[in-house]
Amino acid sequence: MDYREKIARRVAMELEDGDIVNLGIGMPTMVANYVSDDIEVILQSENGFIGMGTAPKAGEEDKDLVNAGAMPVTVKKGACFFDSATSFVIIRGGHVDATVLGALQVDAKGNLANWMIPGKMVPGMGGAMDLVVGAKKVIIAMEHTAKGRPKILKECTLPLTAAGEVDLIVTEMGVMEVTDKGLVLKEIAEGVTVDEIKAATEADLIIPSDLKQMNV
Amino acid sequence: MSKVVELERVLELVKDGMVVMIGGFLAVGTPETIIDKLVEKGVKDLTIICNDTAFPDKGIGKLVVNKQVKRVITSHIGTNPETGRQMNAGEMEVDLVPQGTLAERIRAAGAGLGGILTPTGIGTVVEEGKEKILVNNKEYLLELPLKADIALLRGSKVDAKGNVWYNNATRNFNPLMATAADVVIVEAEEIVETGDIDANNVVTSGIFVDYIVKEGK
Repeated sequence: MDYREKIARRVAMELEDGDIVNLGIGMPTMVANYVSDDIEVILQSENGFIGMGTAPKAGEEDKDLVNAGAMPVTVKKGACFFDSATSFVIIRGGHVDATVLGALQVDAKGNLANWMIPGKMVPGMGGAMDLVVGAKKVIIAMEHTAKGRPKILKECTLPLTAAGEVDLIVTEMGVMEVTDKGLVLKEIAEGVTVDEIKAATEADLIIPSDLKQMNV
Repeated sequence: MSKVVELERVLELVKDGMVVMIGGFLAVGTPETIIDKLVEKGVKDLTIICNDTAFPDKGIGKLVVNKQVKRVITSHIGTNPETGRQMNAGEMEVDLVPQGTLAERIRAAGAGLGGILTPTGIGTVVEEGKEKILVNNKEYLLELPLKADIALLRGSKVDAKGNVWYNNATRNFNPLMATAADVVIVEAEEIVETGDIDANNVVTSGIFVDYIVKEGK
């Protein structure tokens, strides 16, 4: 299993029956593929609908129906379309149970940086700032390091998307929870040692006595 | 009185230096025909208010590539490398606004509000230069209304009175922008008889719409 699938599978386990969920573009989008058949998760798309379904079959794309990354999608029975103000009523107003986003950096205080690298890459924040502020649970799904350099830091150095809003970080190496005391390593991936994950993380990791293996 | 006019008529209304709102999300729900004609006409120094600058060959991106935009107020430019290039070269001013804040600032202008209070952007560069207001011990940013001279919108079905129905995800910023500009022009995928859109399904009332043009002409 490649690391992206591993991360997406583990994030999917965080979702509960009936949850309204917004998935970011890229690896977070893959989470939808691994949600258990036993539960129903309602996907919100910030370009204006709730009840997003899978990608259409080739030849059945609808030019008026794409996700927030401009990829053709479908809607499920019971879906609803709305304008951008209503979309962010749902997002900012606390009606989204969980959002899954990628990150450039995340830190021990739950700060998130994922919208720009000054002088290099300035795509804009899109809906990310509202999502991170408004969602009840903010899950970061990302590779643990960027070309070997830690992305989980003592303090973010890039411009923030939001301060202190991240709840959980899932990487190919483990699952970390943001707490008042710092980052707690809840689960560690098979074949990874505590020393290895510590070495790949700039922030201090609190290792609990009941550290579990990350099963996906 | 029918609001349906020839494309040429509305193109005359868009002048150099104007503030123009354009509907759409990554070019879905964007009036492509009007944009193509504005590119041909070459109107310049526009300030564009839009969700994103789409793609170099699609939607608002075409105005950017043709260097007709002086300033853009938007939430995302990542899908159009030319926007980033012009920004870095100092050829175009880019104001990045969180998407939900952008929607509410437009809505505020249309609704006659003096601004909105949002927690989005607190603790980030977005808060720089803005007033913070404490309500029930929680900090909010005061974000000001955004108005335009002209709104260029796209409707799936539009009747002669300007009532608009939007198909699927084409709605996005269109209904908000319809309320927040001095002149509102809707490009219709299909123009129908007044009454053909059931009143229950009208999303934008014709009272907001000044002109209707047919797409593809």
